[in-house]
Amino acid sequence: MAVKTTTGAAAPLPAADAAPAAKQGFWAWLNKRMPVDDFIASQLTGYYASKNLNFWYFFGSLSVLVLVVQLLSGMYLTMFYKSGELTSFDSVQYIMREVDYGWLIRYLHSTGASAFFIVVYLHMFRALLYGSYRAPRELLWLIGMLVYLALMAEAFLGYVLPWGNMSFWAAQVIVNLFSTVPLVGPALVIWISGDYGIADATLNRFFALHVAVVPLALLLLVMLHLVALHQVGSNNPDGVEINDRRRADGKPLDGIPFHPYYTVKDVVGVGVFFVLFAIVLFFAPTLGGLFLETTNFEPANPLSTPEHITPAWYFTPFYAILRAVPSKGMGALLLLLSVAAYLFLPWLDRSPVKSMRYKGWMSRTALALFTVSFVVLAYLGMQPAEGLYVVLARIFAFIYFLYFIAMPFYTYFEKVKPVPERVTYHAH
Amino acid sequence: MRIDARALLAAVLLAGAAALAPVGAAAAEQAAGGEEAGAGKWGADWQSWHAGNDVSDRASLQRGARNFVSYCLGCHSLKYERWSRLGQDLGIPPSLLQENLLRPGDKPTDYMLTIMPPADAQAWFGKSAPDISLIARARSRDYLYQFLKTFYVDPARQTGVGNLRVLTAMPHVLAELEGLKRAVFREVTTRGEGGAVVHEQVFDHFEQLVPGRLSAAEYDGFVRDTVNFLDYVSEPTQTARRALGWWVVLFLLDFTWLAWLVKRAYWKDVH
Repeated sequence: MAVKTTTGAAAPLPAADAAPAAKQGFWAWLNKRMPVDDFIASQLTGYYASKNLNFWYFFGSLSVLVLVVQLLSGMYLTMFYKSGELTSFDSVQYIMREVDYGWLIRYLHSTGASAFFIVVYLHMFRALLYGSYRAPRELLWLIGMLVYLALMAEAFLGYVLPWGNMSFWAAQVIVNLFSTVPLVGPALVIWISGDYGIADATLNRFFALHVAVVPLALLLLVMLHLVALHQVGSNNPDGVEINDRRRADGKPLDGIPFHPYYTVKDVVGVGVFFVLFAIVLFFAPTLGGLFLETTNFEPANPLSTPEHITPAWYFTPFYAILRAVPSKGMGALLLLLSVAAYLFLPWLDRSPVKSMRYKGWMSRTALALFTVSFVVLAYLGMQPAEGLYVVLARIFAFIYFLYFIAMPFYTYFEKVKPVPERVTYHAH
Repeated sequence: MRIDARALLAAVLLAGAAALAPVGAAAAEQAAGGEEAGAGKWGADWQSWHAGNDVSDRASLQRGARNFVSYCLGCHSLKYERWSRLGQDLGIPPSLLQENLLRPGDKPTDYMLTIMPPADAQAWFGKSAPDISLIARARSRDYLYQFLKTFYVDPARQTGVGNLRVLTAMPHVLAELEGLKRAVFREVTTRGEGGAVVHEQVFDHFEQLVPGRLSAAEYDGFVRDTVNFLDYVSEPTQTARRALGWWVVLFLLDFTWLAWLVKRAYWKDVH
């Protein structure tokens, strides 16, 4: 394909070499009617990213990859899945047993759900580490948080669809959280469920939301996330704005075109990711009950409450916070705050530097404690809410919130290291 | 009325067992052949028993299918497993399937359903016997193995037997194979909340009362095969899944290596 680039001589580009701007025939016809070349030039070959992006920068493209895996596998599942109180559970088993490679498609989707959260959490951690939420990337961060919220909704809705016993009881717990909304709470729960309890009507509307409404919102938000990213440019491990130093041709001095450099690099990330993904999918698809719960191999039964109702692992940090509070209303409020807190990060962080590389010991300690508390809360969310577990959940919930509340102070008062003028890069 | 008959049967068995205890114990000891039943007192470690089954072992699966059809299908269905699928996966030719496993009137494409009417089950056991297609995934293989090996005589219960693994309405249908055993409990005294003295009955060991048709080792194999079969039924594609997995992972490793070479070549001119 002839690709027109606007790069200068300083960095010879393979894509540019291979593309004498021979505009004729179909390609010319197409470009007159659709800005294909312009799009490629502006978004790929002409989109410059810092050359020192490290391991942590794989998880953005991997998130998109998992999204595609989920859309494709989900589409196939929809062809065989029969939403309904009497049919859902059986149709999932039909997929697992009688549809050709149905088990593969289903495991792709169930493993994909967990993989989605793993890559998204690592992606978000990267932002915390290098201050990617700071100006001028506040909007990028906010849109990203909306993507995360949509993803949570999508995952929860999907979790209910197999109509196993944990599906049913998790739906019961989550939907009933809305009863804590002042004034309209109980009515809201009935409105969401479409019945006086979690029932056939709930299952069917969750299916509609899971396969149509939320995925569309998710796609739109991901697109906006990318548009915003390409407007402000990718951050980097040094938190230095590469656009501040440009070559004679106007391209960033420390930048390299996304394509081909980061496309070929991301493909390596894709390979490594898929190896790990395939190991789980083919050799431990339930991952010891973490990715597919054992309780969910029993059909939904309103008369049999599981011993411990726990949501899927990716929600357990927030679930632990919910249960750490004796009052249901306060618990729900803290749950909401524990997710919403991320929205305020761009304005809570008052450090003169972006990256953890140049922040002081207080920021480092805070992030380390926050990460530990997130993992510990995830563990506690899977345990019964009793005794020592609740005490620990309170302690770590406190640390979790302290990360946000104290951020304006420790980022403002701590001593930071000088930021270099150019990004740190050692050619291999 | 039937329940009473069962309890009566158990009581009679127990009384008979008590009378024959020395003989039974000796027979059990002889039968056990050094396995866990060897000492005459065994089972203290039942919670750490592992099924140790292998779903790629076809012969074991075939024996398990035979066991299931003979002893379990009377009450329990496998509503997601077709007879033909069973034949295919376990390498049982259609003629053998027809002769030995299918019941008169069943077609190979039928699902493996019990013919016990639910109403009868309700009357006999107080509940209908659950479908156990997915039991190995819902409960675990070790759970099933421990369940089938920890029935003990308990005249107080309607079925005449209790189980260490779970409170169950299921009678010990394998008693003729395993024989009957007694569970010996010891009293443990602990201080409960508020310092109150709590007396608890804790399981200590089993003692064989009446030998079964199988030796301890044979019964162990019987249970293992049956659990293996249920493990297979809970996910019939699992052997194919693992087999395909190796190729996929090998391909992906290869792909990743090539991708890395490409990346390295491109990044040579980044300084």
